[in-house]
Amino acid sequence: MDLFEYQARDIFERHGVPVLGGIVATTPSEARAAAETLLGADGATGVVVVKAQVKTGGRGKAGGVKIARSAEEAEQRAGEILGMDIKGHTVHRVMIAAGASIAKEYYFSLLLDRAERRYLAMASVEGGMEIEQLAVERPEALAKVPVDPRVGIDQAKADEIVAAAGFDAEVGPKVAAVLTKLWDVYREEDATLVEVNPLVLTEAGDVVALDGKVTLDGNADFRHEDHAALEDAAAADPLEARAKEKDLNYVKLDGEVGVIGNGAGLVMSTLDVVAYAGQQHGGVKPANFLDIGGGASAEVMAAGLDIILSDPQVKSVFVNVFGGITACDAVANGIVAALGILGDEATKPLVVRLDGNNVLEGRRIIRDAAHPLVTLAETMDGGAAEAARLAATA
Amino acid sequence: MAIFLTADSKVIVQGMTGSEGSKHTTRMLASGTTVVGGVNPRKAGTSVDFPRGDGSGLTVAIPVFGSVAQAVEATNADVSVIFVPPAFTKAAVIEAVDAGVPLIVIITEGVPVADTAEFFAYAQAKGVRLLGPNCPGLISPGKSNVGIIPSDITGPGRIGLVSKSGTLTYQMMYELRDLGFSTAVGIGGDPIIGTTHIDALAAFEADPETDLIVMIGEIGGDAEERAAAYITEHVTKPVVGYVAGFTAPEGKTMGHAGAIVSGSAGTAQAKKEALEAAGVKVGTTPTETAELARALLS
Repeated sequence: MDLFEYQARDIFERHGVPVLGGIVATTPSEARAAAETLLGADGATGVVVVKAQVKTGGRGKAGGVKIARSAEEAEQRAGEILGMDIKGHTVHRVMIAAGASIAKEYYFSLLLDRAERRYLAMASVEGGMEIEQLAVERPEALAKVPVDPRVGIDQAKADEIVAAAGFDAEVGPKVAAVLTKLWDVYREEDATLVEVNPLVLTEAGDVVALDGKVTLDGNADFRHEDHAALEDAAAADPLEARAKEKDLNYVKLDGEVGVIGNGAGLVMSTLDVVAYAGQQHGGVKPANFLDIGGGASAEVMAAGLDIILSDPQVKSVFVNVFGGITACDAVANGIVAALGILGDEATKPLVVRLDGNNVLEGRRIIRDAAHPLVTLAETMDGGAAEAARLAATA
Repeated sequence: MAIFLTADSKVIVQGMTGSEGSKHTTRMLASGTTVVGGVNPRKAGTSVDFPRGDGSGLTVAIPVFGSVAQAVEATNADVSVIFVPPAFTKAAVIEAVDAGVPLIVIITEGVPVADTAEFFAYAQAKGVRLLGPNCPGLISPGKSNVGIIPSDITGPGRIGLVSKSGTLTYQMMYELRDLGFSTAVGIGGDPIIGTTHIDALAAFEADPETDLIVMIGEIGGDAEERAAAYITEHVTKPVVGYVAGFTAPEGKTMGHAGAIVSGSAGTAQAKKEALEAAGVKVGTTPTETAELARALLS
C-alpha cells in the first residue's frame, strides 16, 4: 500500500525523523485553520505550503503545490487545489505544511533489491529533481549502497552511505543520524519503500525530511493493526471495495468479458487470451481480474459471480479453472450452486472451461445442470474466443 | 537426476499436523515421495497415520519430532517443506537452516517480505537452497514431489519447467502431458524468492535428463530480463518462454505481490522482447507456447 505524503510525514515523526509541521485538510476552511496554527507556531517562517495529497508524482508541475503567506491565502489556494485532477487522481485532501528556508536539497531512498534479494539504499547530494532523470543523466551522482536485511542501517552503514554520496564533513553526520531513523521506519513499519525527496538542509543547519513516500507491505498487516486505518477507502473502485469485503482478489478493468479463474498467473494469462480473442470480435476486452484461489467453493464462486455480474459493463463471463488441488467436480458444483443462489440476477452468458483434477465429472455436472446461460468450452483458447464472441454480439 | 530432487530425497514436513500440511502430506505420499517425518514441538513423540502411497489401503505412521534438528538426526532428511502460517514462517525456515537441511521449500503464502529478506540472507550465508515462499513446490515425476503440485497431470519426460505461477505450471504440464517432465519447479510470485529463474535454468542446463526448458514468467520486476541475459551467456539447450500479463494495467497488483507494473519496466512486452533477443521462442498463450515446445522436441 502506497501512503499519502501526510501519512508518511506522520509516520516519520513518530519514529523520530525530523519533519516540518504539517496538517491535513479536506476543505478550504480546514486549510485556513491549519495555516493559522502553523503560522502561529514557534519558529514559523511566515509562509506555509499548500500541497495536494495524491499518490502520483509531478504534482508541483501540475499546479498542486502553492505557497501561501497568510491563513486567508492558504484557504484560497486550498480551494483551488481541492478537486483538481492530477494525472487522473482527484485531489480530496491537501496538506498545509510549515514553510522552510532551504539551503540544500538531497535525495534518499531505501527499497527492495529484488535481483540481489536484499535492500538497497540510494542517496544523492543533488536532490529535488526527478530521481529517474538523475539516475539516467548523472548516474555517478547517485550512490547505491547494498543493505543487509539482517543488519539494516546502523551507524556504520549510515556513515558508508553518507560517504558514498559525498556529503561534506559538516552535514554528513547529521544526515547519517536521519538515515538510521529512516531505517527504523522501514523496519518497524514493514515498509518496502521509504523515499525522501527532498531531504533538505535548512538555513538554520537542520536536516529535515520535506517530502516522503512510503509503501507498506500488505503481507505484514497482521502485525500492524494501525495500518488498516491508512487505507484510502474512498479511492477504491466500489466493486473492488465490495470484493475486498468478501476477501476476493479482484481488480476492475475496462472491458466487457468478466473473468474468473484460479491462481494469479492463470488469471493474468486468461486476461491476455481474452484480449487476443477480442481482437477478432470487435475489440472486446477483459472486464476484470478475479482470482478465486485454490478453494473455489460454491460460496466463493457465488460471491465472485455476483461481483462480476453487477458490473454493468460486463456482457459475458469466462470461468477458466484448472483443477490442481481443487477437483473440477467441486468447482462445477460451485458454479451450479452459485447460479442457483443468484437466480434471476444471473442474466449474462457464462462460458466455462474446466481441466485437470476430475475434469470429466466436472463437465458432466455442468452438462447435466443444463443451465440456459452456460456453455462448456473444451480449451482455454476456445473458451476465451466464445466468451469474446458472446460479449461482442450481446 | 532431474533437478534439486532425487528419487532418494527424504522429506520432512514443518506443519504436517495442520490441515494444509496433513492434506498435502497425504498427496505427497500418494505420489511416491519419501516423507520421513513431521515437526511440531507440542506433538513430539507421537505419529500420524497416513494412507500408504502404494494403493494397498494400508497406512503408514509418520513420526512427529519436536524440532527439525531432531527430525534430521533421526531420519537423515535432506528436504524440508514448510506449511506453517506466515507469522511463523521465518522461525521455521531459520530452524531448518540451523538443522542443516540443504533444500527448504516454503509453500506458505503471505509472508512479510522483510521476513523473507532476512531468512534468505541467513540461508544464503549457510549455502542452503530455498524455494519460495508462496510457491507450489517442485515435482520430478516418478521420483519425488515436494509441495502441492498435482502428480497426476503428467509423468516423467525430458522437459524442464520453471514458473512463477502455480496454476500456470499445472496448465503447461497439462498441455505437454504426452511428453512429460524431468522436473517442474514453481519458484513463486513474491518480490523476494529463494530460487530464481536463473537458478533453475542453470540446473536444467546441467541436468542430463532435461532436453528442453520451458520458462514461464509474469509482469513485474526484471527477473525475466535477467534470465534472458543469463540464457544468452550460459544456456545451450532450447528454451521456450511465456509471459503472463500483457493486458495488465500499470500500477495494479494482480494477485502476486510481485506482479505489479510500475513505469515502463516490468511489462510483459519488455520481457518478451528480452527473451526473444536471447533466442527464446515466446508464445502468446500457454497453448501456443506448448506448440512451440512440441515443435522443438520433435
